Amino acid sequence: MTGVRVAGVGLTPFGEHAGRTGRDLFAEAALAALDDAGVAGDDVEHLNYGNFMGALAERQGHQAPLMAEAAGLRCAGTRYEEACASAGVAVREAVRAVRSGENDVMLAGGMERMTNLSTADVTESLAVAADELFEVRAGVTFPGAYALMARAYFDEYGGGREDLAHVAAKNHANAVNNEYAQYQREITVEQALDSPAVASPLHLFDACPITDGASALVLVSEEYAEEHDLDAPVAITGTGQGGDRAALQDRTDMARTPAAADAAAEAYGDAGVAGDEVDVAEVHDCFTIAEVMALEALDFFDPGEGIGAARRGDTTRDGDLPVNLSGGLKAKGHPVGATGGSQIAEMTRILRGDHPNSDAVPDATVGLTHNAGGTVASAVVHVLEVAE
Amino acid sequence: MSDPEPDGPADTGYDEWADSLAEGGYYIECANGHGNLPPRRVCPDCGSTDLSEEPLPDTGEVATFSEVHVAPSGFGEEPPYVTAVIDFGLVRVTGIVRELSADEIGIGTAVRPDVERNDATGKRLVVFRPA
Ligand SMILES: [Zn+2]
Repeated sequence: MTGVRVAGVGLTPFGEHAGRTGRDLFAEAALAALDDAGVAGDDVEHLNYGNFMGALAERQGHQAPLMAEAAGLRCAGTRYEEACASAGVAVREAVRAVRSGENDVMLAGGMERMTNLSTADVTESLAVAADELFEVRAGVTFPGAYALMARAYFDEYGGGREDLAHVAAKNHANAVNNEYAQYQREITVEQALDSPAVASPLHLFDACPITDGASALVLVSEEYAEEHDLDAPVAITGTGQGGDRAALQDRTDMARTPAAADAAAEAYGDAGVAGDEVDVAEVHDCFTIAEVMALEALDFFDPGEGIGAARRGDTTRDGDLPVNLSGGLKAKGHPVGATGGSQIAEMTRILRGDHPNSDAVPDATVGLTHNAGGTVASAVVHVLEVAE
Repeated sequence: MSDPEPDGPADTGYDEWADSLAEGGYYIECANGHGNLPPRRVCPDCGSTDLSEEPLPDTGEVATFSEVHVAPSGFGEEPPYVTAVIDFGLVRVTGIVRELSADEIGIGTAVRPDVERNDATGKRLVVFRPA
Protein backbone atom coordinates (compact mmCIF):
# COMPACT_ATOMS: atom_id res chain seq x y z
CA MET A 1 0.00 0.00 0.00
CA THR A 2 1.42 3.38 -1.00
CA GLY A 3 1.42 6.42 1.22
CA VAL A 4 -0.64 9.47 0.28
CA ARG A 5 0.75 12.99 0.21
CA VAL A 6 -1.12 16.27 0.10
CA ALA A 7 0.73 17.87 -2.79
CA GLY A 8 -1.30 21.06 -2.91
CA VAL A 9 -4.30 22.83 -1.43
CA GLY A 10 -6.62 25.51 -2.74
CA LEU A 11 -9.48 27.49 -1.24
CA THR A 12 -11.70 30.34 -2.25
CA PRO A 13 -12.27 32.95 0.40
CA PHE A 14 -15.31 31.76 2.36
CA GLY A 15 -18.24 34.17 2.51
CA GLU A 16 -20.79 35.69 0.19
CA HIS A 17 -20.22 35.16 -3.50
CA ALA A 18 -23.83 35.56 -4.52
CA GLY A 19 -22.92 36.81 -7.99
CA ARG A 20 -20.63 33.88 -8.83
CA THR A 21 -21.51 30.45 -10.14
CA GLY A 22 -20.52 27.26 -8.37
CA ARG A 23 -18.35 26.25 -11.30
CA ASP A 24 -16.41 29.50 -11.03
CA LEU A 25 -15.86 28.98 -7.31
CA PHE A 26 -14.66 25.42 -7.71
CA ALA A 27 -12.40 26.32 -10.63
CA GLU A 28 -10.70 28.96 -8.48
CA ALA A 29 -9.98 26.46 -5.69
CA ALA A 30 -8.92 23.68 -8.07
CA LEU A 31 -6.50 25.88 -10.02
CA ALA A 32 -5.03 27.18 -6.77
CA ALA A 33 -4.49 23.61 -5.55
CA LEU A 34 -2.81 22.52 -8.80
CA ASP A 35 -0.61 25.61 -8.71
CA ASP A 36 0.29 24.99 -5.05
CA ALA A 37 1.14 21.37 -5.92
CA GLY A 38 3.09 22.15 -9.05
CA VAL A 39 1.09 19.41 -10.78
CA ALA A 40 -0.34 19.72 -14.30
CA GLY A 41 -4.08 19.29 -14.66
CA ASP A 42 -3.42 16.65 -17.32
CA ASP A 43 -1.87 14.40 -14.67
CA VAL A 44 -5.09 14.31 -12.61
CA GLU A 45 -6.72 10.94 -13.12
CA HIS A 46 -10.06 11.48 -11.36
CA LEU A 47 -12.02 14.21 -9.60
CA ASN A 48 -13.69 13.36 -6.28
CA TYR A 49 -16.13 16.17 -5.68
CA GLY A 50 -18.36 16.93 -2.70
CA ASN A 51 -21.62 18.87 -2.90
CA PHE A 52 -24.81 18.67 -0.85
CA MET A 53 -27.56 21.03 -1.97
CA GLY A 54 -26.66 22.08 -5.49
CA ALA A 55 -29.86 20.66 -6.91
CA LEU A 56 -31.83 22.93 -4.56
CA ALA A 57 -29.58 26.00 -4.48
CA GLU A 58 -28.39 26.18 -8.08
CA ARG A 59 -30.85 23.78 -9.75
CA GLN A 60 -27.75 21.89 -10.81
CA GLY A 61 -27.37 18.18 -10.31
CA HIS A 62 -24.76 16.01 -12.04
CA GLN A 63 -22.06 18.41 -10.95
CA ALA A 64 -18.91 16.28 -11.09
CA PRO A 65 -18.30 16.36 -14.86
CA LEU A 66 -19.23 20.03 -14.90
CA MET A 67 -16.67 20.79 -12.22
CA ALA A 68 -13.97 18.71 -13.91
CA GLU A 69 -14.59 20.78 -17.04
CA ALA A 70 -14.49 24.05 -15.07
CA ALA A 71 -11.17 23.04 -13.51
CA GLY A 72 -9.73 22.22 -16.94
CA LEU A 73 -9.46 18.52 -16.16
CA ARG A 74 -9.89 15.99 -18.96
CA CYS A 75 -10.82 13.15 -16.65
CA ALA A 76 -13.94 11.66 -15.15
CA GLY A 77 -15.38 12.84 -11.88
CA THR A 78 -17.68 11.51 -9.19
CA ARG A 79 -19.84 13.51 -6.83
CA TYR A 80 -19.96 12.44 -3.20
CA GLU A 81 -22.92 13.43 -1.05
CA GLU A 82 -22.96 12.83 2.68
CA ALA A 83 -24.60 16.09 3.80
CA CYS A 84 -22.03 18.33 5.56
CA ALA A 85 -19.46 15.51 5.31
CA SER A 86 -19.61 15.42 1.50
CA ALA A 87 -16.06 16.68 0.89
CA GLY A 88 -14.77 14.54 3.76
CA VAL A 89 -15.95 11.37 2.02
CA ALA A 90 -14.72 12.68 -1.34
CA VAL A 91 -11.22 13.02 0.15
CA ARG A 92 -11.45 9.69 1.95
CA GLU A 93 -12.32 7.86 -1.27
CA ALA A 94 -9.47 9.65 -3.06
CA VAL A 95 -7.08 8.47 -0.34
CA ARG A 96 -8.34 4.93 -0.82
CA ALA A 97 -7.94 5.17 -4.60
CA VAL A 98 -4.31 6.28 -4.28
CA ARG A 99 -3.52 3.70 -1.62
CA SER A 100 -4.93 0.91 -3.72
CA GLY A 101 -2.50 1.76 -6.50
CA GLU A 102 -5.38 2.51 -8.85
CA ASN A 103 -4.54 6.23 -9.16
CA ASP A 104 -1.42 8.33 -8.58
CA VAL A 105 -2.98 11.79 -8.79
CA MET A 106 -6.45 12.75 -7.56
CA LEU A 107 -8.17 16.08 -7.18
CA ALA A 108 -10.57 16.06 -4.24
CA GLY A 109 -12.67 18.78 -2.66
CA GLY A 110 -16.08 20.35 -2.87
CA MET A 111 -18.22 23.42 -3.38
CA GLU A 112 -21.41 24.86 -2.00
CA ARG A 113 -23.45 27.92 -2.90
CA MET A 114 -25.88 28.94 -0.18
CA THR A 115 -26.22 32.73 0.08
CA ASN A 116 -28.32 32.95 -3.09
CA LEU A 117 -31.15 31.35 -1.06
CA SER A 118 -33.20 33.09 1.64
CA THR A 119 -32.42 32.12 5.23
CA ALA A 120 -35.67 30.19 5.42
CA ASP A 121 -34.88 28.30 2.20
CA VAL A 122 -31.37 27.48 3.44
CA THR A 123 -32.91 26.25 6.69
CA GLU A 124 -35.24 24.01 4.74
CA SER A 125 -32.51 22.79 2.37
CA LEU A 126 -30.23 21.88 5.28
CA ALA A 127 -33.09 20.11 7.03
CA VAL A 128 -33.13 17.67 4.12
CA ALA A 129 -30.11 16.05 5.81
CA ALA A 130 -32.39 14.96 8.67
CA ASP A 131 -34.88 12.07 8.61
CA GLU A 132 -37.68 13.28 6.31
CA LEU A 133 -40.49 11.24 7.84
CA PHE A 134 -39.69 11.47 11.53
CA GLU A 135 -37.82 14.77 11.87
CA VAL A 136 -38.35 17.16 8.94
CA ARG A 137 -42.13 16.70 8.94
CA ALA A 138 -42.10 17.27 12.70
CA GLY A 139 -40.54 20.70 12.27
CA VAL A 140 -36.97 19.80 13.21
CA THR A 141 -34.60 22.28 11.57
CA PHE A 142 -30.81 21.88 11.44
CA PRO A 143 -30.30 24.31 14.37
CA GLY A 144 -33.31 22.69 16.06
CA ALA A 145 -31.72 19.25 15.89
CA TYR A 146 -28.46 20.47 17.44
CA ALA A 147 -30.54 22.30 20.04
CA LEU A 148 -32.16 18.99 20.98
CA MET A 149 -28.67 17.51 21.36
CA ALA A 150 -27.45 20.51 23.38
CA ARG A 151 -30.38 20.25 25.81
CA ALA A 152 -29.77 16.50 26.14
CA TYR A 153 -26.06 17.17 26.80
CA PHE A 154 -26.74 19.81 29.47
CA ASP A 155 -29.22 17.45 31.13
CA GLU A 156 -26.78 14.54 31.15
CA TYR A 157 -23.45 16.25 31.89
CA GLY A 158 -24.16 19.82 32.98
CA GLY A 159 -22.69 22.95 31.45
CA GLY A 160 -24.64 25.69 29.80
CA ARG A 161 -24.82 28.52 27.30
CA GLU A 162 -21.84 30.38 28.76
CA ASP A 163 -19.56 27.40 28.09
CA LEU A 164 -20.77 27.34 24.50
CA ALA A 165 -20.19 31.09 24.16
CA HIS A 166 -16.52 30.48 24.97
CA VAL A 167 -16.32 28.06 22.03
CA ALA A 168 -17.72 30.75 19.72
CA ALA A 169 -15.37 33.44 21.05
CA LYS A 170 -12.34 31.15 20.70
CA ASN A 171 -13.09 30.26 17.09
CA HIS A 172 -13.74 33.88 16.12
CA ALA A 173 -10.42 34.88 17.70
CA ASN A 174 -8.65 32.24 15.58
CA ALA A 175 -10.26 33.52 12.37
CA VAL A 176 -8.94 37.08 12.69
CA ASN A 177 -5.70 36.30 10.80
CA ASN A 178 -7.16 33.82 8.32
CA GLU A 179 -7.56 35.48 4.94
CA TYR A 180 -10.03 32.78 3.85
CA ALA A 181 -12.38 33.25 6.82
CA GLN A 182 -15.85 34.75 6.46
CA TYR A 183 -15.70 36.57 9.80
CA GLN A 184 -12.21 37.90 10.50
CA ARG A 185 -13.31 39.56 13.71
CA GLU A 186 -13.43 38.78 17.39
CA ILE A 187 -16.61 38.46 19.39
CA THR A 188 -16.98 38.51 23.16
CA VAL A 189 -18.63 35.88 25.32
CA GLU A 190 -21.23 38.50 26.24
CA GLN A 191 -22.06 39.21 22.59
CA ALA A 192 -22.58 35.49 22.00
CA LEU A 193 -24.82 35.20 25.05
CA ASP A 194 -26.83 38.27 24.03
CA SER A 195 -27.40 37.22 20.41
CA PRO A 196 -30.98 36.30 19.44
CA ALA A 197 -32.36 32.81 20.08
CA VAL A 198 -32.53 30.55 17.01
CA ALA A 199 -33.60 27.29 18.65
CA SER A 200 -33.29 27.30 22.42
CA PRO A 201 -30.81 26.75 24.04
CA LEU A 202 -28.84 27.76 20.89
CA HIS A 203 -28.56 31.39 19.84
CA LEU A 204 -27.36 33.03 16.64
CA PHE A 205 -23.70 33.11 17.70
CA ASP A 206 -23.75 29.39 18.47
CA ALA A 207 -24.32 28.77 14.77
CA CYS A 208 -22.03 28.83 11.76
CA PRO A 209 -22.99 31.34 9.06
CA ILE A 210 -24.48 30.70 5.63
CA THR A 211 -21.49 30.55 3.30
CA ASP A 212 -20.39 30.16 -0.31
CA GLY A 213 -17.03 28.63 -1.08
CA ALA A 214 -14.94 25.84 -2.50
CA SER A 215 -12.00 23.68 -1.47
CA ALA A 216 -9.61 21.49 -3.44
CA LEU A 217 -6.70 19.18 -2.67
CA VAL A 218 -4.20 17.48 -4.95
CA LEU A 219 -3.49 14.05 -3.48
CA VAL A 220 -0.63 11.99 -4.89
CA SER A 221 1.13 8.71 -4.22
CA GLU A 222 4.52 8.88 -2.51
CA GLU A 223 6.04 7.44 -5.67
CA TYR A 224 4.57 10.20 -7.82
CA ALA A 225 5.75 12.86 -5.35
CA GLU A 226 9.26 11.43 -5.44
CA GLU A 227 9.41 11.02 -9.24
CA HIS A 228 8.25 14.59 -9.78
CA ASP A 229 10.33 16.02 -6.96
CA LEU A 230 7.25 17.58 -5.32
CA ASP A 231 7.49 19.55 -2.12
CA ALA A 232 4.77 17.63 -0.27
CA PRO A 233 5.78 17.18 3.36
CA VAL A 234 2.32 16.35 4.73
CA ALA A 235 0.87 12.85 4.47
CA ILE A 236 -2.65 11.60 5.15
CA THR A 237 -1.83 8.59 7.31
CA GLY A 238 -5.24 7.70 8.67
CA THR A 239 -8.80 7.74 7.41
CA GLY A 240 -11.99 6.54 9.04
CA GLN A 241 -15.75 6.81 8.58
CA GLY A 242 -18.62 6.08 10.91
CA GLY A 243 -22.39 5.91 10.58
CA ASP A 244 -25.37 6.12 12.91
CA ARG A 245 -29.15 6.05 12.90
CA ALA A 246 -30.44 9.01 10.86
CA ALA A 247 -32.97 10.33 13.39
CA LEU A 248 -31.89 11.56 16.82
CA GLN A 249 -34.87 9.81 18.37
CA ASP A 250 -33.43 6.44 17.34
CA ARG A 251 -30.06 6.90 19.02
CA THR A 252 -29.28 5.41 22.40
CA ASP A 253 -27.80 8.66 23.69
CA MET A 254 -28.61 12.04 22.11
CA ALA A 255 -25.64 13.68 23.85
CA ARG A 256 -23.02 11.49 22.17
CA THR A 257 -21.86 11.02 18.57
CA PRO A 258 -20.75 7.40 18.15
CA ALA A 259 -20.34 7.82 14.36
CA ALA A 260 -17.46 10.22 15.08
CA ALA A 261 -16.03 7.90 17.74
CA ASP A 262 -16.09 5.00 15.26
CA ALA A 263 -14.52 7.14 12.51
CA ALA A 264 -11.80 8.28 14.93
CA ALA A 265 -11.06 4.75 16.14
CA GLU A 266 -10.65 3.62 12.54
CA ALA A 267 -8.47 6.61 11.58
CA TYR A 268 -6.30 6.28 14.71
CA GLY A 269 -5.82 2.57 14.07
CA ASP A 270 -5.04 3.24 10.42
CA ALA A 271 -2.39 5.85 11.27
CA GLY A 272 -1.09 4.03 14.32
CA VAL A 273 -1.52 7.06 16.56
CA ALA A 274 -3.59 7.70 19.70
CA GLY A 275 -5.78 10.67 20.53
CA ASP A 276 -3.24 12.01 23.02
CA GLU A 277 -0.60 12.19 20.27
CA VAL A 278 -2.63 14.70 18.26
CA ASP A 279 -1.07 18.18 18.41
CA VAL A 280 -3.79 20.20 16.71
CA ALA A 281 -7.31 19.55 15.38
CA GLU A 282 -9.94 20.98 13.05
CA VAL A 283 -13.35 19.74 14.18
CA HIS A 284 -16.84 20.16 12.77
CA ASP A 285 -18.35 23.02 14.80
CA CYS A 286 -21.44 23.80 12.72
CA PHE A 287 -22.87 24.64 16.16
CA THR A 288 -20.83 25.25 19.30
CA ILE A 289 -22.26 22.12 20.93
CA ALA A 290 -21.01 20.09 17.95
CA GLU A 291 -17.41 21.01 18.81
CA VAL A 292 -17.98 19.88 22.39
CA MET A 293 -19.36 16.50 21.36
CA ALA A 294 -16.58 16.09 18.78
CA LEU A 295 -13.85 16.65 21.40
CA GLU A 296 -15.29 13.79 23.44
CA ALA A 297 -15.90 11.43 20.50
CA LEU A 298 -12.34 11.98 19.27
CA ASP A 299 -10.98 10.81 22.62
CA PHE A 300 -9.50 14.21 23.53
CA PHE A 301 -11.75 14.63 26.58
CA ASP A 302 -13.85 12.35 28.76
CA PRO A 303 -17.63 12.56 28.50
CA GLY A 304 -18.79 15.74 30.24
CA GLU A 305 -15.31 17.35 30.09
CA GLY A 306 -15.51 18.70 26.53
CA ILE A 307 -18.04 21.38 27.46
CA GLY A 308 -15.48 23.29 29.54
CA ALA A 309 -12.50 22.90 27.20
CA ALA A 310 -12.65 26.32 25.55
CA ARG A 311 -13.55 28.07 28.78
CA ARG A 312 -10.59 26.48 30.60
CA GLY A 313 -8.28 27.42 27.72
CA ASP A 314 -7.42 23.82 26.81
CA THR A 315 -8.43 24.30 23.18
CA THR A 316 -7.52 27.94 22.66
CA ARG A 317 -4.49 28.78 20.51
CA ASP A 318 -2.19 28.81 23.54
CA GLY A 319 -3.74 25.68 25.09
CA ASP A 320 -2.48 22.10 25.08
CA LEU A 321 -4.64 21.17 22.10
CA PRO A 322 -5.54 24.11 19.85
CA VAL A 323 -8.83 23.33 18.09
CA ASN A 324 -10.06 25.12 14.98
CA LEU A 325 -7.11 27.44 14.44
CA SER A 326 -8.72 28.23 11.07
CA GLY A 327 -11.69 29.79 12.86
CA GLY A 328 -13.71 26.62 12.42
CA LEU A 329 -17.04 26.44 10.66
CA LYS A 330 -18.24 28.98 13.20
CA ALA A 331 -16.10 31.89 12.01
CA LYS A 332 -14.41 30.63 8.87
CA GLY A 333 -17.78 29.65 7.41
CA HIS A 334 -19.49 26.43 6.34
CA PRO A 335 -20.10 26.01 2.61
CA VAL A 336 -21.53 22.58 3.39
CA GLY A 337 -20.15 20.46 0.55
CA ALA A 338 -16.72 22.15 0.65
CA THR A 339 -16.07 22.00 4.39
CA GLY A 340 -14.35 18.61 4.77
CA GLY A 341 -11.82 19.52 2.08
CA SER A 342 -11.20 22.95 3.56
CA GLN A 343 -10.43 21.42 6.97
CA ILE A 344 -7.69 19.27 5.40
CA ALA A 345 -6.41 22.24 3.39
CA GLU A 346 -6.16 24.32 6.57
CA MET A 347 -4.53 21.47 8.53
CA THR A 348 -1.99 20.95 5.74
CA ARG A 349 -1.08 24.64 5.86
CA ILE A 350 -0.87 24.54 9.67
CA LEU A 351 1.50 21.54 9.59
CA ARG A 352 3.56 22.95 6.68
CA GLY A 353 4.04 26.12 8.66
CA ASP A 354 2.53 28.48 6.10
CA HIS A 355 -0.81 29.08 7.85
CA PRO A 356 -1.18 32.47 9.56
CA ASN A 357 -1.77 30.56 12.82
CA SER A 358 1.03 28.01 12.39
CA ASP A 359 3.00 29.92 15.01
CA ALA A 360 0.53 28.64 17.65
CA VAL A 361 1.82 25.08 17.09
CA PRO A 362 5.36 25.42 15.71
CA ASP A 363 6.34 21.86 16.65
CA ALA A 364 3.13 20.14 15.56
CA THR A 365 3.60 16.90 13.63
CA VAL A 366 0.19 15.22 14.02
CA GLY A 367 -3.07 16.89 13.03
CA LEU A 368 -6.64 15.61 12.95
CA THR A 369 -9.70 16.69 10.96
CA HIS A 370 -13.30 15.73 11.84
CA ASN A 371 -16.10 16.31 9.35
CA ALA A 372 -19.67 15.41 10.33
CA GLY A 373 -22.82 14.92 8.25
CA GLY A 374 -26.18 16.20 9.53
CA THR A 375 -26.50 15.52 13.23
CA VAL A 376 -23.53 13.14 12.91
CA ALA A 377 -25.39 10.29 11.27
CA SER A 378 -22.13 10.18 9.35
CA ALA A 379 -18.62 11.28 10.23
CA VAL A 380 -15.24 11.24 8.52
CA VAL A 381 -11.94 11.59 10.40
CA HIS A 382 -8.49 12.03 8.90
CA VAL A 383 -5.07 11.96 10.53
CA LEU A 384 -2.39 14.10 8.88
CA GLU A 385 1.29 13.81 9.74
CA VAL A 386 4.44 15.64 8.79
CA ALA A 387 6.31 12.95 6.86
CA GLU A 388 9.54 14.77 6.17
CA MET B 1 -40.44 25.11 -1.35
CA SER B 2 -43.01 22.35 -0.67
CA ASP B 3 -46.45 22.29 -2.26
CA PRO B 4 -49.48 21.05 -0.39
CA GLU B 5 -50.33 17.58 -1.64
CA PRO B 6 -53.24 16.46 0.50
CA ASP B 7 -54.07 13.70 -1.98
CA GLY B 8 -50.48 12.87 -2.94
CA PRO B 9 -49.13 9.35 -2.85
CA ALA B 10 -49.27 7.63 0.54
CA ASP B 11 -46.08 6.88 2.44
CA THR B 12 -46.79 3.26 3.15
CA GLY B 13 -46.34 2.35 6.77
CA TYR B 14 -45.69 5.91 7.90
CA ASP B 15 -49.11 7.39 7.04
CA GLU B 16 -50.98 4.53 8.76
CA TRP B 17 -48.76 4.90 11.81
CA ALA B 18 -49.20 8.70 12.02
CA ASP B 19 -52.99 8.35 11.67
CA SER B 20 -52.99 5.82 14.52
CA LEU B 21 -51.53 8.40 16.92
CA ALA B 22 -55.02 9.91 17.29
CA GLU B 23 -56.01 6.62 18.94
CA GLY B 24 -52.79 6.22 20.94
CA GLY B 25 -50.45 4.88 18.25
CA TYR B 26 -48.19 1.84 17.99
CA TYR B 27 -44.57 0.87 17.48
CA ILE B 28 -42.80 -2.10 15.93
CA GLU B 29 -41.19 -4.63 18.27
CA CYS B 30 -38.83 -7.34 17.07
CA ALA B 31 -38.50 -10.87 18.48
CA ASN B 32 -35.51 -9.69 20.53
CA GLY B 33 -37.38 -6.84 22.17
CA HIS B 34 -36.04 -3.89 20.16
CA GLY B 35 -38.50 -1.08 19.53
CA ASN B 36 -38.61 0.95 16.32
CA LEU B 37 -41.05 3.03 14.31
CA PRO B 38 -42.51 1.96 10.96
CA PRO B 39 -42.03 1.37 8.09
CA ARG B 40 -39.81 -1.62 8.87
CA ARG B 41 -38.98 -4.84 7.11
CA VAL B 42 -36.10 -5.64 9.43
CA CYS B 43 -34.97 -4.58 12.90
CA PRO B 44 -32.02 -2.19 12.50
CA ASP B 45 -30.72 -3.22 15.92
CA CYS B 46 -30.44 -6.98 15.38
CA GLY B 47 -31.58 -7.90 11.87
CA SER B 48 -34.66 -9.80 13.02
CA THR B 49 -37.51 -9.90 10.50
CA ASP B 50 -39.95 -11.20 13.11
CA LEU B 51 -41.74 -7.90 13.78
CA SER B 52 -45.06 -7.13 15.46
CA GLU B 53 -47.10 -3.98 16.11
CA GLU B 54 -47.45 -3.11 19.79
CA PRO B 55 -49.46 -0.26 21.32
CA LEU B 56 -47.53 2.82 22.46
CA PRO B 57 -47.79 3.52 26.19
CA ASP B 58 -50.58 6.08 26.88
CA THR B 59 -48.07 8.74 27.85
CA GLY B 60 -44.43 9.48 27.26
CA GLU B 61 -41.91 11.85 28.84
CA VAL B 62 -40.01 14.73 27.25
CA ALA B 63 -36.43 13.51 26.66
CA THR B 64 -35.25 16.78 25.10
CA PHE B 65 -36.86 19.83 23.51
CA SER B 66 -36.19 23.13 21.79
CA GLU B 67 -38.15 26.29 21.17
CA VAL B 68 -37.61 26.96 17.46
CA HIS B 69 -37.48 30.65 16.48
CA VAL B 70 -36.45 30.26 12.83
CA ALA B 71 -38.79 27.94 10.93
CA PRO B 72 -38.31 26.53 7.43
CA SER B 73 -40.22 28.37 4.69
CA GLY B 74 -43.49 26.80 3.70
CA PHE B 75 -43.67 24.61 6.77
CA GLY B 76 -46.72 26.43 8.07
CA GLU B 77 -45.89 26.45 11.74
CA GLU B 78 -45.59 29.97 13.14
CA PRO B 79 -42.45 30.38 15.24
CA PRO B 80 -41.78 30.09 18.03
CA TYR B 81 -42.92 26.50 18.32
CA VAL B 82 -41.62 23.73 20.55
CA THR B 83 -40.09 20.61 19.04
CA ALA B 84 -39.53 17.70 21.39
CA VAL B 85 -38.33 14.13 21.45
CA ILE B 86 -40.63 12.06 23.65
CA ASP B 87 -39.52 8.87 25.36
CA PHE B 88 -42.10 6.05 25.30
CA GLY B 89 -39.83 3.36 26.72
CA LEU B 90 -38.79 1.14 23.81
CA VAL B 91 -39.12 3.99 21.29
CA ARG B 92 -38.82 7.76 21.16
CA VAL B 93 -40.94 9.97 18.91
CA THR B 94 -40.30 13.53 17.66
CA GLY B 95 -43.05 16.10 17.21
CA ILE B 96 -44.43 19.53 18.07
CA VAL B 97 -45.82 20.21 21.54
CA ARG B 98 -49.27 21.82 21.75
CA GLU B 99 -50.96 23.63 24.65
CA LEU B 100 -47.72 24.08 26.64
CA SER B 101 -45.23 26.91 26.22
CA ALA B 102 -41.47 26.34 26.36
CA ASP B 103 -41.50 27.67 29.94
CA GLU B 104 -44.02 25.04 30.95
CA ILE B 105 -42.00 22.13 29.56
CA GLY B 106 -39.08 20.38 31.17
CA ILE B 107 -37.27 17.13 30.70
CA GLY B 108 -39.64 14.53 32.11
CA THR B 109 -42.89 16.41 31.33
CA ALA B 110 -45.61 13.85 30.53
CA VAL B 111 -47.45 14.13 27.19
CA ARG B 112 -49.65 12.02 24.93
CA PRO B 113 -49.31 11.70 21.14
CA ASP B 114 -51.76 13.02 18.57
CA VAL B 115 -51.78 13.79 14.86
CA GLU B 116 -52.83 16.86 12.89
CA ARG B 117 -52.72 17.84 9.24
CA ASN B 118 -50.10 20.44 8.34
CA ASP B 119 -52.15 22.86 6.24
CA ALA B 120 -49.09 24.26 4.48
CA THR B 121 -47.66 20.94 3.31
CA GLY B 122 -50.69 18.68 3.38
CA LYS B 123 -48.63 16.15 5.32
CA ARG B 124 -49.40 14.55 8.64
CA LEU B 125 -47.91 16.35 11.63
CA VAL B 126 -47.03 14.51 14.84
CA VAL B 127 -48.00 16.56 17.88
CA PHE B 128 -48.05 16.01 21.64
CA ARG B 129 -50.55 17.30 24.17
CA PRO B 130 -50.39 17.48 27.95
CA ALA B 131 -51.10 14.03 29.43
ZN1 LIG C 1 -34.13 -6.33 17.07
